[in-house]
Amino acid sequence: MAEVVFDQASRIYTPGAKPAVDSLDLTVADGDLVVLVGPSGSGKSTALRMLAGLEPIDAGSVRIDGRDVVDVPSKDRDIAMVFQNYALYPSKTVAENMAFPLKMRGMGKEERAQRVRQAAEMLGLTDFLDRKPKALSGGQRQRVAMGRAIVREPQVFLMDEPLSNLDAKMRVQTRAQIAEMQNRLAVSTVYVTHDQVEAMTMGDKVAVLADGKLQQYATPPELYDRPINSFVAGFIGSPAMNLLDLPRSSSGVTLGGIEIPLPREVSDAAGSRDRLTVGIRPEDWVLESTGSDAGSVVKAVVDVVEELGSESYLYAHLAEDTSTSIVVRGPGRVQVRFGDPIAVRPNPDALHVFDAETGQRLP
Amino acid sequence: MAVTTSTPPDTQGPAAPPEPRRQKRSAANVWLGVIAWVVGIAFFFPVFWMVLTSFKQETDAYTTTPKIIFEPTLEQYEGVFSAGVGPYLANSLIATVFSTLLVLLLGIPAAFAVSLRPVKKTQDVLFFFISTKMLPVVAVIVPIYVVVNQIGMLDNIWTLVVLYTGMNLPIAVWMMRSFFLEVPGELLEQASIDGAPLWRTLREIVLPIISPGIFATALICVIFAWNEFFFAVNLTAANAGTMPVFLVGFITSEGLYWAQLSAAATLAALPVILAGWVAQNKLVQGLSFGAVK
Repeated sequence: MAEVVFDQASRIYTPGAKPAVDSLDLTVADGDLVVLVGPSGSGKSTALRMLAGLEPIDAGSVRIDGRDVVDVPSKDRDIAMVFQNYALYPSKTVAENMAFPLKMRGMGKEERAQRVRQAAEMLGLTDFLDRKPKALSGGQRQRVAMGRAIVREPQVFLMDEPLSNLDAKMRVQTRAQIAEMQNRLAVSTVYVTHDQVEAMTMGDKVAVLADGKLQQYATPPELYDRPINSFVAGFIGSPAMNLLDLPRSSSGVTLGGIEIPLPREVSDAAGSRDRLTVGIRPEDWVLESTGSDAGSVVKAVVDVVEELGSESYLYAHLAEDTSTSIVVRGPGRVQVRFGDPIAVRPNPDALHVFDAETGQRLP
Repeated sequence: MAVTTSTPPDTQGPAAPPEPRRQKRSAANVWLGVIAWVVGIAFFFPVFWMVLTSFKQETDAYTTTPKIIFEPTLEQYEGVFSAGVGPYLANSLIATVFSTLLVLLLGIPAAFAVSLRPVKKTQDVLFFFISTKMLPVVAVIVPIYVVVNQIGMLDNIWTLVVLYTGMNLPIAVWMMRSFFLEVPGELLEQASIDGAPLWRTLREIVLPIISPGIFATALICVIFAWNEFFFAVNLTAANAGTMPVFLVGFITSEGLYWAQLSAAATLAALPVILAGWVAQNKLVQGLSFGAVK
């Protein structure tokens, strides 16, 4: 059990170039599962590999349980890692794979066997202990990789996109298993993924990275409700938040011919800026009847309807400004089709407002 | 040595009516099959002729209308053995086995280093290795002869062991490098997190994965060393002569003894052919390593 701290940790591949991980500050509380999420090239995997000791830490430090590990080799960091492709040793059986890290630490045969048996029971692998990885399904391989991490009883679990090689159904199932197991073992875990659904569902806290920089580090609801900048706003949530670049009006902003009033503190924070980026989540549009007053609703024309059963998403462009597209969540059974006009109104209490230049949240 | 395989066109399909496209493809397959057989036979025929001749009397071997039907005899083989093939065979065996072992001993760590632990100048090192194969052996035989003579190692089988090791090492490193490159990097990272020391990672994790490739490399070294003639003929005489040198002994000033030469040649080729035949599957597996995952 341990706290993991990234303290201004940087990774610079080529001197002078932009760092792959830029002065990362992050604290993983003891027993928490923290998800690093971001698009490819955001530095999330590099950050994890720095913690694992697979990448050098060029500046700053990384501490596990208070101990600076910058110069500590991987094997002495008391960590276990699960790789995206599981990295099972192909010439060893499941039992041998799981026992290998224990063997390397000089643990006796009896104790090794017992720990492997325990982990295998927990993961439902008891019947496969004598098989080679080649003879296992993707899900089973994933569980063996988990098992190999568990038997070590490390201070920290590191997981690098452990679910991306599984099919959709298996992924959802395993996601829950990992979260459950992590809760039970209460081992601090750093989990890397590019999938924001995984991040939101699994993380005690989520760190959003982009371009090597930490954008926001918060709990999933916080991240969803108060994204700190327009990048996080657009990255978290599916379908993505509508981010519209809108001109100011006297009391708010203008969208599709109607005026959207902004709360007082937002207006104050916006100061004299004449344009603002306004974020509206798909569920924060209210569908109105198309016969409503022109001054109170935004008119749009539907391009695509995605019906998901319990809800639907309407992809539309504004009638007034065809270059602006919006996504609107509608009810499960929606009567509109391609080319139909709709009328929507944003929920004024659920607006996210960002500086159009810097992308920072206002206020 | 040529290995021909022909896949019979797949005619055992389901009972659906044959589509014209499939017919076209199977016609092409038949043609490809015919070509494969012709090429295969063209390669194999000299070998066949050699083996056939080795069982003939000298007189039968010389007839202008070649005799296919004749009374086979082992006389030529007896002749070869009584001419003292034994020491030559032993020399070839020593040169081949020890040079191949040395190549593997030096080449595996080298290939590991240049593929999985590259440094800035690795490319240059690799080029240096292969550049040694660009110089024709004839161009260096005089200096080599002088050096070997100076250190008193002429007509010594260990001289050939050293030279064959040097000759095969670059090829082996290059071949094995491509196999090492197929090993996923995560496996090595996992091993380092698990705390496996380098030699253990190499022996327990990497080598089992690339063993078909190592095997193919070793076989190629064996073949090259076994067949090597130029060094052997220039640097050895009575003591350290190898099989190829022994063969040349049958080309005498009184003329060619075709049948006996054939018998000797068959004996010389036999170990390599046998090794290749036994190792066929592993060889194909090794040479196509990574192509089929």
